[in-house]
Amino acid sequence: MSKQPVSRRQFLNYTLTGVGGFMAAGMLMPMVRFAVDPVLKGEAAGDYHPTQQKVSELTETPVRVDFSYEQKDAWYTSEVTSTAWVYKNNKGEIVALSPVCKHLGCTVSWEGNDHKNQFFCPCHNGLYEKSGKNVPGTPPLKPLDVYPTAEKDGLLQLGKPQANNV
Amino acid sequence: MLNKIYDWVDERLDITPLWRDIADHEVPEHVNPAHHFSAFVYCFGGLTFFVTVIQILSGMFLTMYYVPDIKNAWESVYYLQNEVAFGVIVRGMHHWGASLVIVMMFLHTLRVFFQGAYKKPRELNWVVGVLIFFVMLGLGFTGYLLPWDMKALFATKVGIEIAASTPLIGHELKVLLAGHPDIVGAQTLTRFFAIHVFFLPAALLGLMGAHFLMIRKQGISGPL
Repeated sequence: MSKQPVSRRQFLNYTLTGVGGFMAAGMLMPMVRFAVDPVLKGEAAGDYHPTQQKVSELTETPVRVDFSYEQKDAWYTSEVTSTAWVYKNNKGEIVALSPVCKHLGCTVSWEGNDHKNQFFCPCHNGLYEKSGKNVPGTPPLKPLDVYPTAEKDGLLQLGKPQANNV
Repeated sequence: MLNKIYDWVDERLDITPLWRDIADHEVPEHVNPAHHFSAFVYCFGGLTFFVTVIQILSGMFLTMYYVPDIKNAWESVYYLQNEVAFGVIVRGMHHWGASLVIVMMFLHTLRVFFQGAYKKPRELNWVVGVLIFFVMLGLGFTGYLLPWDMKALFATKVGIEIAASTPLIGHELKVLLAGHPDIVGAQTLTRFFAIHVFFLPAALLGLMGAHFLMIRKQGISGPL
């Protein structure tokens, strides 16, 4: 027995475990890959969606811009409407802020509830500066997301909201 | 008649030792409310199991009408509740039972905790009990979305944001739950349905089996 480093019994154990493991993996691998597919698919590149807002009419006062586009949720395609608060900053650049509060996702509005020169969220009194920067001491911990902007035929186009670094 | 059927089967398969092993044992006096009324605290575990059985049964029947599809989910719930005979009762059992399970489980946990019944040699059973607790919370969370009304949708949005705040893997966890990086929609509903109806109940049955095996093997902790 000492001459044989692997006994017949051990050999059978190893091969059976190996074959069994291989079969189990062959069964489980497709199912697990199937389940985690959304994670591995990655984010779709944000297309620019057209709006009806004329770029030339934008001022330093934020205006509410609603725009509709086709949203594809797997097998379900639907028309959804999003909103942006758009203005020109003092350098003349277009700023388009997402109205989704960074606290719990309610909808903020410009100078709501008489808060001069600020965005206001009615749910828990969150406040943001005009730049989208969250006012310390109010619930939100991050600035409002910002839309990438583009212009086509004088009309504003908006991409997918991104984290804001103001 | 029933006895004859039993004897006929028992003669061939010898089933008596099977159920005797599981069921034929005395309830210790200190856990029997008939002896000491205060022993009702020992009932909470059994009550949790009882409500769980109701949940499984009522849930099975609800799926006869419910469809996990964003266009029809709410309509199917509305239909089964308002058009189907006893729909209000069956949905009500599942709705209120969901809260009752949590309450009973919490009371059971409190009893085990304050009596120190989790101590050696019953540590493993405590661990399995905590896992059951998490599975139950998961069942509550996934079931809440299924009626697909506004309350369900926004509660799930918040819940998914909580999952997304997990360090390091938050985003992946969120997408795994929601089925889409940005949308709580069609894929979220089907996922939550699958988790609620197949994955978590399977885990729950396994864990409960282990829980009961262990209490049967080790017995209920002695009088205080």
